[in-house]
Amino acid sequence: MSKLPITTSKSTHGNRSNGGDFFVSKNSKLYLSDGTTFGGLAPDWQTGAFSGEVVFNTGMTGYPESLTDPSYSNQILVFTFPLIGNYGVDINATESGKIQVAGVIVSEAAEGWSHTKSDRSLIEWLHSQNIPIMTDVDTRALTKYLRTRGTMGGAISDSPIKTTDIKLEQKFVSIDAPVTYNKGGKKKVILVDCGAKENIVRSLVAEGLEVKRVPYDYDYTDEDYDGVMLSNGPGDPTDYVPTIENARKALELGRPVFGICLGTQIMALAAGAKTYKLKYGHRGHNQPCLEIETNKGYITSQNHGYAIDSETLPKGWKVSFKNLNDNSVEGIEHVSKPFFSVQFHPEATPGPTDTAWLFEKFRGKL
Amino acid sequence: MNIKKVVILGSGGLRIGQAGEFDYSGSQAIKSFKQEKIFTVLINPNIATVQTDDDMADRVYFQPLNIETVTKILEREKPDAVALSFGGQTALNLGLDLHDAGVFKRLGIQVLGTPVSVIKATEDRDIFKNKLAEIDVHTARSLATYSVKEALEAARTIGYPIMMRSGYSLGGLGSGLVTNEKDLEAKLAEVFNNVSQVLIEEYLTGWKEVEYEVVRDIDGNTITVCNMENFDPMGVHTGESIVVAPSQTLTNEEYHRLREVAIKTINHLGIIGECNIQYALNPADGDYRVIEVNARLSRSSALASKATGYPLAFVASKLMLGKRLHEIKNAVTGTTTAFFEPALDYIAVKMPRWDLSKLKASDHHIGSEMKSVGEVMALGRSFPEALQKAIRSLNIGANGFTDHPYEIENPMDEIKFATDRRLFAIADVLAKGVSVEEIHKQSYIDPWFLKHLADIEATKRQLQTEPLKSELLHTAKQKGFSDKTIAKLIDTTEHLVRKTRLKMGIIPVVKQIDTLAGEFDAETNYLYVTYHGNVNDIKPLGKKAIAIIGSGPYCIGSSVEFDWSAVNTAKTLNKRGYKTIMINSNPETVSTDFDRSDRLYFDELTLERIQDIADFEQAHGIIVSVGGQIANNLALPLAQAQYNILGTSAEQIDNAEDRQKFSAMLNRLGIDQPEWQEVTTLKAAKKFGLDVGYPLLIRPSYVLSGGAMNVVQDEKELETYLGEAAKLSPDHPVVISRFILNAKELEIDGVAQNGKLVIYAISEHIENAGVHSGDATVVYPAQKLYLETVRQAKNIAKAVVKNLDITGPFNIQFLAKDNELKVIETNVRASRSFPFVSKVSGHNFIAIATDAILGIKNDMVYQTLELDHVGVKNPQFSYNRLKGADPVAGVEMASTGEVACFGDNLEEAFYASWLATDQKITGKHLFLSIPTQQKHKFVEEAALLVADGWTIYTTEGTHDYLKSHDVKTTKLYKISDHKEPSVHSALLGKKFDLVINVPTPQDTSTDGATIRRLAIDNHLPLMTNPETGRLLLRCLTDPELKDVQPKYWQEYVPK
Repeated sequence: MSKLPITTSKSTHGNRSNGGDFFVSKNSKLYLSDGTTFGGLAPDWQTGAFSGEVVFNTGMTGYPESLTDPSYSNQILVFTFPLIGNYGVDINATESGKIQVAGVIVSEAAEGWSHTKSDRSLIEWLHSQNIPIMTDVDTRALTKYLRTRGTMGGAISDSPIKTTDIKLEQKFVSIDAPVTYNKGGKKKVILVDCGAKENIVRSLVAEGLEVKRVPYDYDYTDEDYDGVMLSNGPGDPTDYVPTIENARKALELGRPVFGICLGTQIMALAAGAKTYKLKYGHRGHNQPCLEIETNKGYITSQNHGYAIDSETLPKGWKVSFKNLNDNSVEGIEHVSKPFFSVQFHPEATPGPTDTAWLFEKFRGKL
Repeated sequence: MNIKKVVILGSGGLRIGQAGEFDYSGSQAIKSFKQEKIFTVLINPNIATVQTDDDMADRVYFQPLNIETVTKILEREKPDAVALSFGGQTALNLGLDLHDAGVFKRLGIQVLGTPVSVIKATEDRDIFKNKLAEIDVHTARSLATYSVKEALEAARTIGYPIMMRSGYSLGGLGSGLVTNEKDLEAKLAEVFNNVSQVLIEEYLTGWKEVEYEVVRDIDGNTITVCNMENFDPMGVHTGESIVVAPSQTLTNEEYHRLREVAIKTINHLGIIGECNIQYALNPADGDYRVIEVNARLSRSSALASKATGYPLAFVASKLMLGKRLHEIKNAVTGTTTAFFEPALDYIAVKMPRWDLSKLKASDHHIGSEMKSVGEVMALGRSFPEALQKAIRSLNIGANGFTDHPYEIENPMDEIKFATDRRLFAIADVLAKGVSVEEIHKQSYIDPWFLKHLADIEATKRQLQTEPLKSELLHTAKQKGFSDKTIAKLIDTTEHLVRKTRLKMGIIPVVKQIDTLAGEFDAETNYLYVTYHGNVNDIKPLGKKAIAIIGSGPYCIGSSVEFDWSAVNTAKTLNKRGYKTIMINSNPETVSTDFDRSDRLYFDELTLERIQDIADFEQAHGIIVSVGGQIANNLALPLAQAQYNILGTSAEQIDNAEDRQKFSAMLNRLGIDQPEWQEVTTLKAAKKFGLDVGYPLLIRPSYVLSGGAMNVVQDEKELETYLGEAAKLSPDHPVVISRFILNAKELEIDGVAQNGKLVIYAISEHIENAGVHSGDATVVYPAQKLYLETVRQAKNIAKAVVKNLDITGPFNIQFLAKDNELKVIETNVRASRSFPFVSKVSGHNFIAIATDAILGIKNDMVYQTLELDHVGVKNPQFSYNRLKGADPVAGVEMASTGEVACFGDNLEEAFYASWLATDQKITGKHLFLSIPTQQKHKFVEEAALLVADGWTIYTTEGTHDYLKSHDVKTTKLYKISDHKEPSVHSALLGKKFDLVINVPTPQDTSTDGATIRRLAIDNHLPLMTNPETGRLLLRCLTDPELKDVQPKYWQEYVPK
């Protein structure tokens, strides 16, 4: 990789007179596990090395939502859109209680943001939670690199590190103990929280449902419920052994089960199918999916690195949605029982709302 | 659907609100239909378009887009279907008229795509609002009114300020912000002349303006291809606004809520194909209003198409044939489908191009009516980078945001009440230390944009005060500063900045537009250049490639003809085995379509950028002679920097462009020219006037902002003009020349190779000299020239071509009087009339020129002097858009486009082509006003008209003159008489079906100008030139012209 032509070590960002951020940045690098590096700048307060799996997202809006999406935990997120942070951060437009990503890589982080609902800049927000960021990166070159080589581990650091220092760990993101929302709702659903986005909870509550949110390894199968929602979450689905086991039992019980993203992979594994890792995943807001039965297309929001192998689907199951770009499985459904799941995010935030009707479909089956 | 033959309606001549974007959409549709084995018939009198080329539609009718002619064509062609959505508002309105007249039903013709009832629902504001209310989508509060009284009442109900809108608008004509009852009353009078319905709406001051381009198939699969945000908030027409794509200041919630509303709305309306939906968004609370839906391809869709790489018109045409989105291939990636929403990894900035200074007395304020004549788009990976690129691309003498040529007296006024230079007014006040908050308060422009502008200003200051280290230079380049501006700021030369920069290794990189932000491998050839990055996406093409410099933005004097030339050059180069590199900054073009060149650089046409691209690509050479004047002007500096200019040498181009050198050459060759002199003092100017005699033509050498060309009749006028309009100084010399009266003007368009003529065409102007060649009515082949004149012209051309050693296209303009020719000027490049003479003669002059440039020997003998048919090219004016402008053609060009039609004789071709400029004569009432010197010319025609049942109205002078020649006319009082019956009240009452008002050379009274303006404001056909006026009157009394059956091009000129 060629170097940034900047040879001096420091750069001043911002401009005091128009009230944006003001900070001094220094040279920094992204070290990839195959030895390649990408240059950029980092705020001067940022010290040390920050590891994660380096992935890219092609969405053009919704950075507060994405950065707080638990599915991105342990990952360094590269935004392909070059201008991030334009409208600052509205803490109410987030998907969990904290920033989940291990690091952020952008071409430009807005210094002069503007929006009536926001109260802080992206940089301030990242700083307050000690999340590293690199700016002035040729994110297109990095994206194309990841596309051809596949996603890989990496670390943001301002001093050289060895590839062996890049630490990738699988962390589970879940709640510690069950929480119930909308008590007294028409029907009661279990939300298995593998790293659930807040908008899944909001969407279920909006359907008038009582939601009992439980930890990912919680056994709910002998409880009184009308349906199960398997949430999204980070990492390899096969690592979720207790979750899969509980899901298998839930399928046997026969009450409705609805899975989203990781939840769809859990459902497939529970049914006996297999999953595999995609080369560089689907992360963006423009993923076209076709509903096979109706031949109708939907634009979907996605964030996943694993997919279901359709060849391994057992009898009684069918592919309900497929990806129009690469034909990968985007949803499965049982032919007779009320089990269905989708690889994309019907709850959106960020991204298009085309498939929000799936929550209504779920309620209808309860 | 079983469709074998489709008629496509084009958009006619370019005018404000409807420019070249419809050549792009029509061309894509034709290609797409042909791909489906459909026989395509195109009706479009715009001869300079690519869509009317011989390899496009199977049949082309260069005919007026009016209901009479098109009905005749439909009766003759009997197509299965008609496409209304590729020819702008012109085609859509015509389609609705044809539908209402029952033509489609009678002939069994299907309307492709969105059904007529749906189009009507989007065009009629009341139906539209009710439809949207059914699904709880908010539209602006508004009341439909049908009289001045009702409208005034409605305004009182809603409360001022209000927004006035009229239905069936093209570019917002008859719409605007009105702050008080008095203004409203005045405006209503004019608007109700044109439409029966006017809407009075709530005024959404300070709201953001956002739009989405939506595509929907017959199954209801719907996507939004792109959203766009206006820099200028509500109140400035989107065509007048700086626009960014994608939106920058919308949150995810806002973006997707509006997207959801868009999909819901378009589904509910039932649109099939492409449309756009415009919103106002309240920045305070996120509340929104739908402003309008355009159920057709539009300027915005052309922009969206170029900004994203998604071929909207192509896809729309497939959807109209019943295909589903996911059944259409994504032509950019080659692997994925058309059912996806592009992800951008860059920002696109569009800027309007105005030409208000060229139009006498026109108002510089911008608002809800369109005045701009073209636009540019720039791509970058930061807003400042793209914005400053766009500014340079406008070709208005500005090198960047802070480096503009305007002297703005009260910048804060122009920020508050937007003008065509509002952006530069912001630059000026920022430089004076005015805060972003204050500018926001006055303009409502979102602080995000303004903070970036302040940042550009801050970088400018840094450049002025700090040493130019590599880091600062790199930052400045990332913020879009040109080498030229940096050179000015640090007091050095552009060349030196470039040299230093290259030494420091600060070199921009080439990035691809792939519609998917790099997610998939794409075979895209669509490129831009940026300083935000360090890896090139592609490898150079090298010596097998040739670069073509395109036209840049459309403006008065440079329009689709240069796009046509660039496209045809690329086509020929490909045919000859070369790879092509197209460089252009204009999104309204066909040359920027992804499949017209091997590589498309959507970038600025500046010396710096062409060098960057040439350095990277290492191509065989650069063609500068087909893109018009911008490209032509780059020849010399590029050659001086050692780049290979193909065709006529840069030195010889300069010999033709440089007045002194060119004149000396003509003298040497014994070729006559009008006397001229470059003067720097009034004394010298007066002496010249005394020597050669008046009138004189004056042209300031810096024709950039203001100071237009003018004709002065005597010394007094000369003094006044040189004192006020063109301040004389050694730095700003003025060229004055003798203005020859009653001379004919003719032109030679041609191609030469190594100084030898290959092909040429001689055309003549109907108007006498004095009308700019771009505003003239041109006849080819010339019908009224003496053989002697033709021979002389050819011999002069031979001598000029030889002495300039021309290889490639050229154009020479002559004055002819008493069989003697004088040369006015020579352009060593393709001219405005190249597509016209190519299509009339049947020989593609650009293809021949390209071959000449490539050194291919051509021994063909072309028959171009005598043809079996006649072509007439007519200018298209946009005066109805430009309030206050005097609609009279003069030495400064004012037309925005042109059309041309064919005929078996001059009258037939002229009449068709005049009608094709959107003219219509519905009765037999003529107002005739002619200066004394010209009155005799009209006696014969006037008598014929009266015999044919016409009523002619005149004022005293003309009345008495005609009476003395036994022609009876109805006398009206002059406006200045203040007596009834007056011309004034007759104009207001639309008593005339045609107005002929020929100005006198010393038109000092305001009567004439008022009559002309009133004629335009009341939508009455107006003629101001005695020669064309007389020819039109002759056509009107020719009974044979009424029964002419429209013929298609290939009947006149077989392939």
